[in-house]
Amino acid sequence: MFSYLVRRLLYAVPILLGVILLTFLLFRVVNTPEQAAIHAKGPKSTVAARAEWIREHGRDRPLTVQFAMHVKRMVTFDFEPSDQTKRSMGEIFLKGVGPSLCITLPGFIAGLFAALSLSLYQVFARNSAADRNLTILCVIMMSVPTVIYIIFGQAVLALELSWFPVSGFQWGGLGMLRFLLLPVGIMVIINLGYDARMFRAVFLEEIAQDYVRTALAKGLPVSRVLGRHVLKNGLIALITLTVGQLPKLIMGTLLIESFFGIPGIGNVMVQAIQTADEPVVLATAYLGALLYLAALILTDVLYAAADPRIRLS
Amino acid sequence: MTHLSFIAAASGDSSTSRLGAFFTHWLTQDALLVVALGGIATMLVRAARSERWQRAATRFRRDRTGIVALCVACLYIFIGALETFRVPVGGGDTRSLLDFAVAGIPDERSYSAPFGDHVITDTKPQPDPLKSDHHLLGTEALGKDVFVQTLKGCRTALIIGGFTSAIYIPLGALFGILAGYFRRWVDDIIQYVYGTLASIPEILLLISILFVLGPGLGSISIALGTTGWVGLCRLVRGETMRQSERQYVAAARALGQSHWNIITRHLLPNVMHLVLINFVLGFSGIVLTEAVLSYLGVGVPVGTASWGMMIDSGRGELSRDPVVWWNLTAAAVALFGLVLALNLLGDALRRAFDPKRG
Repeated sequence: MFSYLVRRLLYAVPILLGVILLTFLLFRVVNTPEQAAIHAKGPKSTVAARAEWIREHGRDRPLTVQFAMHVKRMVTFDFEPSDQTKRSMGEIFLKGVGPSLCITLPGFIAGLFAALSLSLYQVFARNSAADRNLTILCVIMMSVPTVIYIIFGQAVLALELSWFPVSGFQWGGLGMLRFLLLPVGIMVIINLGYDARMFRAVFLEEIAQDYVRTALAKGLPVSRVLGRHVLKNGLIALITLTVGQLPKLIMGTLLIESFFGIPGIGNVMVQAIQTADEPVVLATAYLGALLYLAALILTDVLYAAADPRIRLS
Repeated sequence: MTHLSFIAAASGDSSTSRLGAFFTHWLTQDALLVVALGGIATMLVRAARSERWQRAATRFRRDRTGIVALCVACLYIFIGALETFRVPVGGGDTRSLLDFAVAGIPDERSYSAPFGDHVITDTKPQPDPLKSDHHLLGTEALGKDVFVQTLKGCRTALIIGGFTSAIYIPLGALFGILAGYFRRWVDDIIQYVYGTLASIPEILLLISILFVLGPGLGSISIALGTTGWVGLCRLVRGETMRQSERQYVAAARALGQSHWNIITRHLLPNVMHLVLINFVLGFSGIVLTEAVLSYLGVGVPVGTASWGMMIDSGRGELSRDPVVWWNLTAAAVALFGLVLALNLLGDALRRAFDPKRG
C-alpha cells in the first residue's frame, strides 16, 4: 500500500508542473505587460501608474527570469499580495477558509446523503411510476440554472417570506446555524438532480448482476441487498462520481458565498475578478487546482483501499 | 443596431484582443455558424448510411419525448437563425430578420410591467389612454421590449454553443481517436495534457482564461472549448480502444489500409454516435455555464442580449419597489426550456443508440 502511495504521489509531480506551466502561460505570456497593466489599473490610468504596476510585478524582466520566479512562488506558496487590499495571500486564505468550509462541508455531505437516498429509493422502486416521475424531476432540476436556485432562495424564502436572513455570516451558536441553513440547503439542491441520476445509473447496472439475484434468491430482504451488497460493489463508481462532483462544489461556493455575503474564499475570488485583482485570481485558481489534485490522489488511494486488485496494475 | 453597440464595446475595451474583435464581428459569426451547421449536416448525412444509425433513427422516431425535445430545440435554432442572418439597410447599419419581424414594437423610456400602460420609474405614473401597444413581457431598464430581448438571447446562446462545439468537438474526437488507436507514447502525451487540464477545477480554469482574455463571445468559446474537450476525448479514447480490438480493424490493417484510412473510414464512424450525444448534452452545459460566467462578470460584453446578462441584472431588479420580475423570469424560462430540451434530446439519442442502457 505504501509503495502504491509513493508511486501515485510521484505521478502527480509532472501534472503539478503542467499546472504551473499553464498558469504561467495564462497569466504571464498570453497578455503583454501593457495589456495586463491596463486591465489591472483600468483604461483611464496614467502611463506612469501602469509602468509602476509592470515594474512592481516584475513583468518588465525577460520571460525566462519571470518563469523561474513564477515556479519559485508557486512551489513555495510565496504568492504576491493582493493588488487592491495589499494583504498577503496567507492572511486572506486563513480568514476565508473557515467560512468556506462551513458551507461546502455540510453541503457536500448532506448533498451526498440526499442523492444516495433518492437514488437508492428509485432503484428500490424501479420501473414504477414513482421512479419514472423522480427521473423526470431530476432532469428538470438539472436544467434549472444554478443562479436561479440561488436567486429564488434569496428573493422568495429569505426576502419575501423572511424564513431566513437575507445575507451575512457569524461565528458560533444558533446565529451561525440560522445564516448557514439556506446556503447549505441551496448547495444540496443545486447538484441533487445530476447526482441522483448518476447514482441511479450506477446502482441499476450493479443490480443487474448475478450476485444480486443470488442474494435475493437465498432470501435476503431487498433493503439489505441494496444497503449492503449493491452499495459496497458500486463503491468504486460512487467514489469516481463523488470526486467528479468536487469542481461543481467549488462553483457552488463561488456563487453562494458571493450572493449571501459569506466572507469565504469564493467571495474573495468573485471580488478579485470584479476588481481585476490578478494576484488573487492566480493564487486562488492555483490553490484550487492543488486541492483538487490532492483529492484525485486521495481517490486513487481510496480505490486501492476499496479494491485490492487495483494496487497490482 | 445592437451588434454595432457591442462591437464598439468590444473594441473600446483595450484588453480585448484583435482576435476578440474578429469573433465579435457579425460577418464572422454568420460565416462560422453556417460552417458549423453545414458540418453537422454533412456528418449526419454521412453517418445516416450506416446500419447502426438507421436502426437508431427507427428507434428515435418512436420516442415521443425525443421528438418533442427535437422540435423545441429546432424552434430555438430557428429563432436564433432569424436573429443571426442580417441584411444591410444602408449607412453601414444592418438589421436581422428578427428585427424586421418585430419592427412594430417601440422602445419605452424604462421599465414597464407586462401589459402595463405606463413606465414604472415615472414619479407620477400617467396611464396613457392612447397607448395600445402594450409589451407582452414588459420592458427592461433601458426600455427595450423584454420578449424581443429574450428572443435575441437565443442567438447569443447558439453562437456560444456553436463556437465552443466547433472548437472542442474536433479536438476531443481527434485526440481521443489518436490516443486510442496509436496508444503508447501518443496516448501518454495526450493523457498527460488532459490530465493536467482536468486537474484544474473547470470553473477556476474558465475564470482564469476569461480573466486574461477579457469578456467576449470569442473568449468564452475559447475558454469553454479548452475545458470541454477533455470529457469527449476520454470517452472517444475508451471507445476507440475497444473498437481497435475488433476484427474489422485487424482486417483493414491486414489489407494494407493506411492509418489515416482506418481512422477516418472505420473508427470515426463507429465513435460518431458518442460525439453526437456528447454534443447535445455538452451544448446544454455550455448554455448553463454562460449564465454563471455572466454573473461572475467574465461573461459576454455589456450590451449583448444574453440570458445570463438578463438573469444577472434581474438580481438587482428583484429588490426594487415595485419588484421587476419579468426580465429575470423571461430569461430563466427561455434558458430552462432550451437546456431541458437538449437534456431530453440527449437522453433520447442515448436510448436510441444503446437501448439496453437507456
